Amino acid sequence: MSEFQALSEAVLKGDIKTAVAETQAAMDAGANIQDILDTGLIATMDEVGDRFSKGIIFVPQMLRSAKTMQECMKLITPLFQKGGVTSKGKVLIGTVKGDLHDIGKNLVLMMMEGAGFTITDLGVDVTPEKFAQKTQEIEPDIVAMSALLSTTMPSMPLTIEALQNAGVRDKVKIMIGGAPVTDKYAQEIKADAYASDAGSAVTKAKSLMGIS
Amino acid sequence: MIIVGEKINTSRRIIREAVENRDANFIIKVAQDQAQAGANYIDVNAGTFVDKEIENLCWLVETVQSSLDYPLCLDSPNPTALAEAMKLHKGEPMINSISMEEDRLGPLLPVVTSGPCQIIALCMGQASMPITVEERVDVGAQLIQKLTGEGVPIEKIFVDPLIQPISVDTNMGIAALGAIRKIIDDFPGVNTICGLSNISFGLPERHIINRNFLALAMSYGLSGAIMDPTDIKLTSTLLSIEMLLGRDEYCEKFIDAYQEKRISG
Repeated sequence: MSEFQALSEAVLKGDIKTAVAETQAAMDAGANIQDILDTGLIATMDEVGDRFSKGIIFVPQMLRSAKTMQECMKLITPLFQKGGVTSKGKVLIGTVKGDLHDIGKNLVLMMMEGAGFTITDLGVDVTPEKFAQKTQEIEPDIVAMSALLSTTMPSMPLTIEALQNAGVRDKVKIMIGGAPVTDKYAQEIKADAYASDAGSAVTKAKSLMGIS
Repeated sequence: MIIVGEKINTSRRIIREAVENRDANFIIKVAQDQAQAGANYIDVNAGTFVDKEIENLCWLVETVQSSLDYPLCLDSPNPTALAEAMKLHKGEPMINSISMEEDRLGPLLPVVTSGPCQIIALCMGQASMPITVEERVDVGAQLIQKLTGEGVPIEKIFVDPLIQPISVDTNMGIAALGAIRKIIDDFPGVNTICGLSNISFGLPERHIINRNFLALAMSYGLSGAIMDPTDIKLTSTLLSIEMLLGRDEYCEKFIDAYQEKRISG
């Protein structure tokens, strides 16, 4: 972390001004942009997620760090050659059919982005057909579903069924989460993983992708 | 203030196990404690059972009312579960809740008009969650008009402004408070109610936030709360604010609670 310590500290604190200045300084000094991304930003967001999962920091602090990273990304993204930003994997995410809650889903989305995943967000009230159709179209590595109501949880197995019928179930890993969702439920409906919060969603997604 | 005691909810492990084991004595005890602590309605929620929700919700209604002559707040997003529970309920229940969501409004309207009941009208829009004061008031107004149009007296409607976490958007507190005030101004006689814990999601020391939010919401005109009445600090806040707002003649409720050791700083 040493090379980008000031940047890393600014991202941890959510200090946008300093983080952007440090990113610029690193670029001006000729640092490798992939290193800035991996070591300065992504590794720091991993730390943020970890601290959040442990209850050391809280939602507003996590959001602030994520926002800080996004601002830094604006500087470095244009410098990558086309398609040059290495992605940890493609994630398709959405809140299931019948459910309009997006707060938890958005927290997960933000932390996954921070961890270096490429995210496609389908929003809320996403039908099983929509999940299946988009999966066929963009071929994600992971399909992530959120539900906040016990009445909308059954949309999760229906979505898995739709992926099966579309012939893409075995081409993706499925992860689920949301207040009423449990690990046991994930096993029952044969999802590949359950995550209890935004921090652990990243950890689970990485392990699904075989990244430590 | 109308207090809805929230403790009989199967999302709490201790309640889920009691329901699974059909431990009627335990459930009755939780209901009695809340009634004694000042609840006007005892909430019953079996939502986590999904497939067995209806059966379990009905069991909760019959169990609590078998030993306690008390109105319940029937709590489910599932219209069929609410309809079945309402058939079994003795007296006038509170229904938690109806919203503008298509799957809920249509099937629930005939249920809530099938007999006398108090109705919680959740400001959840048809396609999205309201954010601003105006969006919340707009959904609330639509619900009030729908319900009163079906003959529901306005004072039986409890509009819930939909509490969202302050941790993701620091305007969420003021948006809910503003909605409470505007709704009671625009629709005289209507009640407002909300749960207290969503506001503090994602933050530490949630109890402090929750009880201060209760005090603020009451000063904006909140007339009902879904809460744990056995939480002494929370009840102390509620009773002192009620008194400070001039709604406790001769400070009777406050002093009674003190003498019964139900409040403490």
